[in-house]
Amino acid sequence: MSTHTITTQKVNFKVFRFNADVDYLPYYENYDMEVTSEEVVLDILNRIKWDHDGSFSYRRSCRHGICGACSIKVNGKATLACKQSMSSMTELFGNELTIEPLSIKRAIKDMIIDKGDFWAKHDAIKPYLISDVDEHPEHEHLVTPQEAEELNEADLCIQCGSCHYACPVVEINEDFFGPAAFAKAYRFEADVRDDAHTERLQILHEEGQGLWDCVKCFECQEACPKDVNPIDKITKLHNMLFREGVATSNVATRHAVGFKHSIARNGVLDEGGLVLYSEGPGIVKHLPVAARMFMKGKIVPPWGITKSDNLDEIKKLVASSSTAKF
Amino acid sequence: MGKLKYALFTGCTAKQSTPEQMMSTMAIADKLGIELVELTEASCCGASHLQDYDDFLSLVLNARNIAYAEKHGLTMVTICNTCQLNTAMTKHRLDANVDLKSRVNEKLGEVGLEYKGTSKITHFLYAIIDDFGLDKLKEMVVTPLSQFNIAPFYGCHNIRPSELQNETHDTPENPYNPSSLDDLIIACGGMNVDYEEKNKCCGFHAELQAPKTAAILTGKAIAGAMDANADWMVTPCPLCHLKLDTQTHHASKAIGRDVSLPVLHMQQMVGLALGCSKEELGLKHHLVKVDFV
Repeated sequence: MSTHTITTQKVNFKVFRFNADVDYLPYYENYDMEVTSEEVVLDILNRIKWDHDGSFSYRRSCRHGICGACSIKVNGKATLACKQSMSSMTELFGNELTIEPLSIKRAIKDMIIDKGDFWAKHDAIKPYLISDVDEHPEHEHLVTPQEAEELNEADLCIQCGSCHYACPVVEINEDFFGPAAFAKAYRFEADVRDDAHTERLQILHEEGQGLWDCVKCFECQEACPKDVNPIDKITKLHNMLFREGVATSNVATRHAVGFKHSIARNGVLDEGGLVLYSEGPGIVKHLPVAARMFMKGKIVPPWGITKSDNLDEIKKLVASSSTAKF
Repeated sequence: MGKLKYALFTGCTAKQSTPEQMMSTMAIADKLGIELVELTEASCCGASHLQDYDDFLSLVLNARNIAYAEKHGLTMVTICNTCQLNTAMTKHRLDANVDLKSRVNEKLGEVGLEYKGTSKITHFLYAIIDDFGLDKLKEMVVTPLSQFNIAPFYGCHNIRPSELQNETHDTPENPYNPSSLDDLIIACGGMNVDYEEKNKCCGFHAELQAPKTAAILTGKAIAGAMDANADWMVTPCPLCHLKLDTQTHHASKAIGRDVSLPVLHMQQMVGLALGCSKEELGLKHHLVKVDFV
């Protein structure tokens, strides 16, 4: 029989407090507590409310990692409070923890935020199955286990908002759909029963709001408490844009495709050539910086590029392995 | 400890827009007695953009690069965070999926190569910390950087996703509170500066298609370091370097405030501490003048 010891440690919590009805500015309240190795972050929120200040406000419901209500930030890390153990938090950050809502600028009361933008973006990508239902079917609509496997990971999303409010682009571009909406879009794009493939993909292809504005920082993958891996779904959706013929020629698509051409030609990248291929006439806006870079020996002309050795191998592999068309 | 020897995957920028990175890498490898065998056969890693167009092709090309490191029987060292991500991610995916690995090897077989999964892949920053050791580095410092406040800028692709960190390092970095670059600054005798943006995104990968977003992220990063009284910034990633060093004009405009700091490659910082000359470290190749040497 294994033995299990419960340990305790002292933790200082610096807790974000704000009531939009009465406070001009938010402030932080300190609470020192003995924390046991058995507790999760939600237990701490409960103890603050029950033992210290009954007005402390936060969302919680299922306590089983499935309703997505209790997501907050601990030392900047998005955390589903009912799932995250306190021991993992002190292991990562030590004994001084800062508890904040997912998005400070959207705070209404303490941990409670206005998630309106999250839901509006969720709605915008048509998060439902779009299918012409045959009212008198003659056989079942079979989905193979392999087909189901394609969307299982994305289907785990509980709309907690952890990835959305960890995304730096959501923070500065209010049109950007964000990783949660993309993962949800993939959930339906990957569903063989869905008939809206290109309709939804066109929304996702739109510059400013769609996939191409992702900065590839991987904050979303790190933040997700359910291992949805949103950035992986973003890449898969990018691939779909080309596969389904939705991708039109713009600076973003030419940038992605330009890598293939450059690699087929040189093995390595021709950096200047790639920017020219991506931007077309738009290259002029880069000329002032390019001129300064040239003066500092930072631009190699196409004829000065050292090509990869065994380039014939690379050319052969590009020809035989590449399936994408544009 | 025997002499450290690695297969060096330089990536594309070190040979083009950041020549100073190549120079300083070789200069400090020489000082530290680390042997770097350059993989001259390697292709571009796809830089996380080719993946958006043709994921399978990107896997094949990255597997080919790794196969050359395996031929040497060496750990692959990268000097670019994005090369590190794409190469390590390829290894992660192929090692976890027998079917995918055999599909990739079918292609590599056409040119007489095979991906086995025998070579480790690590960034030069972690090779210095994990394999060479900061204590040993500290002993070799001849010009401690004690008069400088130095702001570490980690770069996304070295620290996220943490699952790759966990596979590569005995003591994986905490992406929310990374320490490797801070430790390196301290080992070089400098003062490490703490600021909110040190583990955030510089915006590089959206520079062409979302220039405003990218410029705001760059501006916030430099402003964060300036407000923390940094004299200069240091980064292990040449792409972060390019963004922070060459785009200050756009960044300043985007955030409505003049921002500019010298940004050194981590190899240049180590080189300064080890007594390399500014010529050896290519300091003249920066747009924001490195005026403190």
